[in-house]
Amino acid sequence: MSLLSFNLPLAALLPFFAAPFAAWATRYNRLASAWVAGITTLLTLALLFPSMAFVFAGETIIQQWSWLPSIGFNIAFRLDGLALLFALLILLIGLLVIIYARYYLSAKDSMGRFYAYMLMFMGSMLGIVLSENLLQLVVFWELTSITSFLLISYWQHRQDARQGARMALAVTGGGGLALLGGVLLLGHIVGSYQLTDVLASGDLIKGHDLYLPTLVLILLGVFTKSAQFPFHFWLPHAMAAPTPVSAYLHSATMVKAGIFLLARFFPALSGTPEWVWLVSSAGLITLLLGAYVALFKHDLKGLLAYSTLSHLGLITLLFGFSSELALVAAIFHIINHATFKGSLFMVAGIIDHESGTRDMRKLNGLFKMMPHTAVLAMIAAAAMAGVPLLNGFLSKEMFFEQAISASGTPLAIWTIPALVTLAAIFSVAYSLRFIHDVFFNGEPIDLPKTPHEPPRFMKIPVDILVVLCLLVGIAPMYLISPILTVAVASSLQTAAPEFSLAIWHGFNIPLLMSFIALVLGVAVYTMRHRLFAWNEKGLHSLDGKAVFDWLLWKTIRLSKKVTDAFDQTTLQPAVTWVIGGALVLGIVTFFQFNSPLIGNRVMMEADVITLLMSLILIVASLLTVILHHKRLVALIAIGVVGLIVALGFVKFSAPDLALTQLSVEVVTIVLLLLALFFLPQHTPQERSYIRFTRDGVISVSAAVSVFFLAMAVLSRDYSPISGFFIENAKPGGGGTNVVNVILVDFRGFDTLGEIAVLALAGLGIFAMLEGLKLFAPTKDVDGLVWSHDPHPPIMQTLTRLLFPLMLMVAVFIFLRGHNLPGGGFIAGLIASVALISQYLANGIDWTNERLRIDMHRVIWIGLLIATLTGVVSMFIGYPFLTTSFTYLTWPVVGKFEVASAIAFDLGVFLVVVGATVMILVELGKLSHASHHIKKEEVN
Amino acid sequence: MEWLIASVIAVMTGCGVYLTLRARTFPVVLGLTMLAYAVNVFLFAMGRLQVGFPAVIDPAAAGYTDPLPQALVLTAIVIAFGMTAFLIVLALKARSELGNDHVDGLHRSDDERKAKRHNNKTDSERSAS
Repeated sequence: MSLLSFNLPLAALLPFFAAPFAAWATRYNRLASAWVAGITTLLTLALLFPSMAFVFAGETIIQQWSWLPSIGFNIAFRLDGLALLFALLILLIGLLVIIYARYYLSAKDSMGRFYAYMLMFMGSMLGIVLSENLLQLVVFWELTSITSFLLISYWQHRQDARQGARMALAVTGGGGLALLGGVLLLGHIVGSYQLTDVLASGDLIKGHDLYLPTLVLILLGVFTKSAQFPFHFWLPHAMAAPTPVSAYLHSATMVKAGIFLLARFFPALSGTPEWVWLVSSAGLITLLLGAYVALFKHDLKGLLAYSTLSHLGLITLLFGFSSELALVAAIFHIINHATFKGSLFMVAGIIDHESGTRDMRKLNGLFKMMPHTAVLAMIAAAAMAGVPLLNGFLSKEMFFEQAISASGTPLAIWTIPALVTLAAIFSVAYSLRFIHDVFFNGEPIDLPKTPHEPPRFMKIPVDILVVLCLLVGIAPMYLISPILTVAVASSLQTAAPEFSLAIWHGFNIPLLMSFIALVLGVAVYTMRHRLFAWNEKGLHSLDGKAVFDWLLWKTIRLSKKVTDAFDQTTLQPAVTWVIGGALVLGIVTFFQFNSPLIGNRVMMEADVITLLMSLILIVASLLTVILHHKRLVALIAIGVVGLIVALGFVKFSAPDLALTQLSVEVVTIVLLLLALFFLPQHTPQERSYIRFTRDGVISVSAAVSVFFLAMAVLSRDYSPISGFFIENAKPGGGGTNVVNVILVDFRGFDTLGEIAVLALAGLGIFAMLEGLKLFAPTKDVDGLVWSHDPHPPIMQTLTRLLFPLMLMVAVFIFLRGHNLPGGGFIAGLIASVALISQYLANGIDWTNERLRIDMHRVIWIGLLIATLTGVVSMFIGYPFLTTSFTYLTWPVVGKFEVASAIAFDLGVFLVVVGATVMILVELGKLSHASHHIKKEEVN
Repeated sequence: MEWLIASVIAVMTGCGVYLTLRARTFPVVLGLTMLAYAVNVFLFAMGRLQVGFPAVIDPAAAGYTDPLPQALVLTAIVIAFGMTAFLIVLALKARSELGNDHVDGLHRSDDERKAKRHNNKTDSERSAS
């Protein structure tokens, strides 16, 4: 397998692998995490590098592995021109942001957390653009929502950050759900979730009855992510994030994810009137709204946020035009916007960092203090305004041209050019404000800090981006043409149309529009004070946040109402509801069938011993209930119940179960005894007779229902599926104990899940008991002092003598488990009992001194062994957890079977021992500690 | 024999349910343990009752018992233990955090008035926040 056959998934996943490493590295050196992040980014670039030549030659690289073929879910990655363009944007701008953030973050901020989030976000973005399978794309899509939530709320102590992050998550996460719906519909229409198939079936999709719902759902995902009207409001509030995050997420990458989808699905969805109307109207409104509001924002980042909205609207509008040349302009503008907006955000961050404020009413005349930064800002802002010789000018010209030629679309012939020019006028005005207000316009007004130039390396990322703006603006043909051509071709799925990237196209209408925009933009800026005053009167209060908050509040209230109607926040009624509900459902279903209650299977004769045992069990059960106020007695009674259940398993041909039940019984009773020490010895009498009656009725009806259910089943014949297991146990699983072969082989995956649950229960108990302090009574129920001799010598001697024997039994039971009753579970329990009896008889200190094994380690080694057994079979080319076995002839022992299942069973054994011993010893330590405390107090 | 086993399951279920509905943590844990016994025996009985048949491959065997319910119940027993352990430790934790062993963490033993007062309390908490 060469690297080129799996470099795409590796590139998308590498940042995820590196993220915990970045978080960990920061422990040793504050800057180490930045290095980890930077090197990871470079490595990812290097991973993609070998494939680039193929992409530039026009190939589409697809790497896929089938995973759940039945529902069309493959792990599939794709690299074509469009994916490459976006991957490069994500990685290159990511690298610059990583360098920049290293200087931006203050000593108080956790670098490790920041870079870990950054890397995870980068991986999610790469996953989106590199996905060939659409379901997989949706997974990465949601991951960007989650990681961006983490990044926006990076300063967790700030309320605006938390609120902004929550809003972004709610809006984009909701959009993600809609997208999932759209993708499912798309898969339903096409019959495949592979992008290649979907892109090839454009006509089928557009002609399908479900086209409109599909389109609307997908566009909901796109518009929420790319902050298009009416979902634009989350973006300005997400500006509470650290500025490197804004530069990365909110200019270059995440908000472009929606637009990426527009480009990706262009051949499949575009061109219909529905598409044109929905996409262009959302784009146009966002373009105008963003441009207008940006001018009035006094916050530097607020201005940039709304200007970003406006540019995203511009790109969306271009997609809405649905023509091939509009697509060229859109993709070109994606690149340009990422460069100039990324650098402007970084400049805003520098100004904030150096002066302590982002309020443009205070920031004035900074040119003298930071000339280098000012020059960078001017070039970038000029690019944003669309000044000639810069990249923004080129794509804006193309945009104007498309706006004019879009007159063929249903939108009226002159409105679009006029509205577009209006937006451009505002764009010039706010760009001018960013420069003039901040760097000139008099002297600064009481800044928290005296600004000066930032560290050199903080400017270098900005330098690079600004130089790119210039180079692309002056020599577009050489720099941008190749990648743009392949990106457009792969977005269209045909050859790219002829387009010319030149600075000079002669005197034409687009140039005139640019000219009008520049002149009127300056004019609007000069009369800004009057506009501000006019805007203050009312328009500024328009904010989607109010609507969002109102909706959120309503939803929370509704869910509270529903919850309160069902949940009285006390356990007893809740349990009553659950059991009562189950009873009603069961009984109603029972009466729906007319067949007789008791079947006609020949029943067995009851023998005297079984009768006697059953009677004892019934009496013991009832005693447990009757005497439950005396807890110790009730515990003994329930112990009797458990033991008789074990005997019952012996009687009815289940030796494995009997062994398990017996050892579990011992462990359970010891555990409950240990716990009872810390609990009241008596249960107080409950006084409510209504409740007694109600609970009595419920219990009796439960008992009666279960009786009839059991009788109905037991009195009927059935055809079990076990024949398969019995036939295949020996030839397929290599063991004669069918129960064990089912556990470790046929249903091995279940068992793996079960030991994982047991391990988690053990760890959960460990976590709960950590630091727990409980009052330990000095006297027992009858007021007697506890025995002074907790470890009687006879018991000590006996258990020490028995210990090796018990372990031998465990080993014996374990080894024979595959062929005779026994196995990992039972052997594990027996070994646990052996260990626990040592703790009981000799005390924790004595035993711990001799048994220096960390039970945590035992648990994870066990889980690891069990999982690895399964993984190994995958490497050999069989499904997960396939067992294999062979026969060896050993001297003395003779023919001996070696099955891989025994390794799996060893894992089971270790987890059972680890979890059981850990649970009991941790509880035991508790009483141990409380005794010690008391002794100290006495002294 | 069948009716005997069915009544054993029934009694254990009834007792388990009753104890689960109690107001203190320890009886609830006992109740759930008892319910677990009942469920395990019930599941086991789904393979029908067989006396004297092995679940181990043996050419001399006249027939086999159903091994599948046995395998399922075997893990169920172990999981039930894990659950019991978790619950009882949860009860200990609740006792140490809340100072009592009521399932709702209440001091008042008067069940009649308890529910009402508790509702009032949560209401006032909500209006306060």
